[in-house]
Amino acid sequence: MSLTYLDAIREAQRKALATDPRVYIYGQDVGEFGGAFKATRHLIKEFPGRVLDSPISEDAMVGSAIGAAIEGQRPIVEMQFADFSTVGLNQIVNQAATLHWRTQVPCPVTFRLPCGGTAGSGPFHSQMLEALYAHFPGLIVMTPATVEDAYSMLLEAVAIEDPVVFCEHKFLYYHLKADALPAAALPSGKARIARPGRDVTVVAYSAMVHEALAAAAALAREGWEAEVVDLRTVKPLDTDTMIASVARTGRLLAVGEAWPWGGVTAEVVARVASEAFELLDAPPQRLNAKDTPVPFHPDLWTAHRPTAESIAAAARRLLQL
Amino acid sequence: MLLARVLDGRMASLYRAGKIYGGVFLGKGQEALSASLGLSLRKGDVFGPLIRDLAGRLAFGEPVLDVVRTHLGSALGPMQGRDGNVHRGRPREGLLAMISHLGAMISVVNGALMARRMKGDRMAVGAASVGEGATSTGSFHEAINQAAVEKLPLVLVVANNQYAYSTPTSRQFACADLLERASGYGVQGTTVDGTDLSDCLKGVGHAVEEARRGRGPQMVIARLLRLCGHGEHDDAGYIEEPLKASPLGRDCLQVAQDFLARQGWAFEHEIRNWRREAEAQVEKAVEEASREPGPDPYREDWCALASKHLSQVYLQPLG
Repeated sequence: MSLTYLDAIREAQRKALATDPRVYIYGQDVGEFGGAFKATRHLIKEFPGRVLDSPISEDAMVGSAIGAAIEGQRPIVEMQFADFSTVGLNQIVNQAATLHWRTQVPCPVTFRLPCGGTAGSGPFHSQMLEALYAHFPGLIVMTPATVEDAYSMLLEAVAIEDPVVFCEHKFLYYHLKADALPAAALPSGKARIARPGRDVTVVAYSAMVHEALAAAAALAREGWEAEVVDLRTVKPLDTDTMIASVARTGRLLAVGEAWPWGGVTAEVVARVASEAFELLDAPPQRLNAKDTPVPFHPDLWTAHRPTAESIAAAARRLLQL
Repeated sequence: MLLARVLDGRMASLYRAGKIYGGVFLGKGQEALSASLGLSLRKGDVFGPLIRDLAGRLAFGEPVLDVVRTHLGSALGPMQGRDGNVHRGRPREGLLAMISHLGAMISVVNGALMARRMKGDRMAVGAASVGEGATSTGSFHEAINQAAVEKLPLVLVVANNQYAYSTPTSRQFACADLLERASGYGVQGTTVDGTDLSDCLKGVGHAVEEARRGRGPQMVIARLLRLCGHGEHDDAGYIEEPLKASPLGRDCLQVAQDFLARQGWAFEHEIRNWRREAEAQVEKAVEEASREPGPDPYREDWCALASKHLSQVYLQPLG
């Protein structure tokens, strides 16, 4: 059996629907059509009445999910593209994120955001919004990078009592394959050492983990051993694992596909610098997408986001500092 | 209505005395509409109130003490000092805790109704209350459309009180009548005279009944005038004199009292007694809440997540 990252997301939803009658899926075209990316294909047949097509109304989609969560349901809201979630931003950050702290009533809603770039997607179908949501107290932001994590973390997202922004990367949908789904997994909020190394720590998440791993393979051919840390969850952020890695390597490169200003990589560098400055042998570095809207043309897009080549180049510079 | 007017008045006097955190927003002039909605709903229904819905909240069962505690920032109030005055609620009991973004609560009511339907409860009605200003927001349009598509038992009450803060209706919408919005979405609509309790009870009550019978979402537009500023900080100098002098500017409480007297259902001294009882009830709550402690920043857990393990282990290593 071979399963893709997208299959894992579908299987996690199938399992959640099968095991918990409170779970339902709400989003545009998620019913008979099976979702724009087919993440809900056939689920409506298995779970009639629990996979519901919504109008094109992200604000109302999120608002209604919050109302249902108050009543004890566990909605999964599929945003067709992460970019469209900004229409529901008010409901996510002001309503879902604040509900528990204000009222002690939890808000167990999962927002599935197909995010990140694929060639030709352009400015409105490829943004990375994890830093935006991570900024707000009350939200958990997951950024799975593997088939196994896509499955286990989505199940955990549905199970926990808090609103989760689940950033699933579209580039990984069909590119990643695994033989089987995991029976057990690291809990969310815990980072993973994706590749051990002794010379430099590359902290990455989502699709950038695979670019970082490819960069590490290239560096290995030159005699450098890069340690790749997969954050898995950007909020909460596992500072301990990052610092433990920097303790082994002495150097930190934080990589993100999102924009640089105030993003996840900025937070990674800030935490390591303020808590473990004495472990660093060189100034911590960041590599992000360029600070422009995401371009449409594949040549521009490839140059816009970090790649294995640009990560390896940044690591080489850092190793020589 | 009377209790709400007295309680609102007491909160306003505490505000002027500097005893209230944040603002005080009165329902003066909107009590007939609000009380009609609260009285038409049943226990088990869902209510997303408007900032001026004290009368409806009380009629729906909100304790007077909750109102006072929240305004005074008591740690024993339903919001524990974490959120104030009009944002209070008891979501588990169907009384939603509003956010300030007007219009955003309508879809939350929709979701509660969708959940009820999924759980097999088809008897519950959900009411959302907004002002005419909220009808300009995207949330309003998305939510009423959603309710219509899902055929939800939503009662959407719009208090057209002529001003959204200081903005008159002429700068808020260009349609001749907000009622047109109902038919535009395939929703049944009705208009009531917001200054007249019996008209409100009839119109709102009918809408709630229709929703409960499975006739889909209902919209009630009430014409009235806010008889106060946006909040107690606002002298409302922008409200035009001709409006105040028009039938729209009647005080719904006085209209209701005159009606009771005319019908011979209540004598003037009885109404005076009711007011005294209301004042005593409010005073008791103020005394009680005044003695209660405020929230303690040193005991506050400062944890926004319900999943405490995630917060404690990983979220705030920087303190």
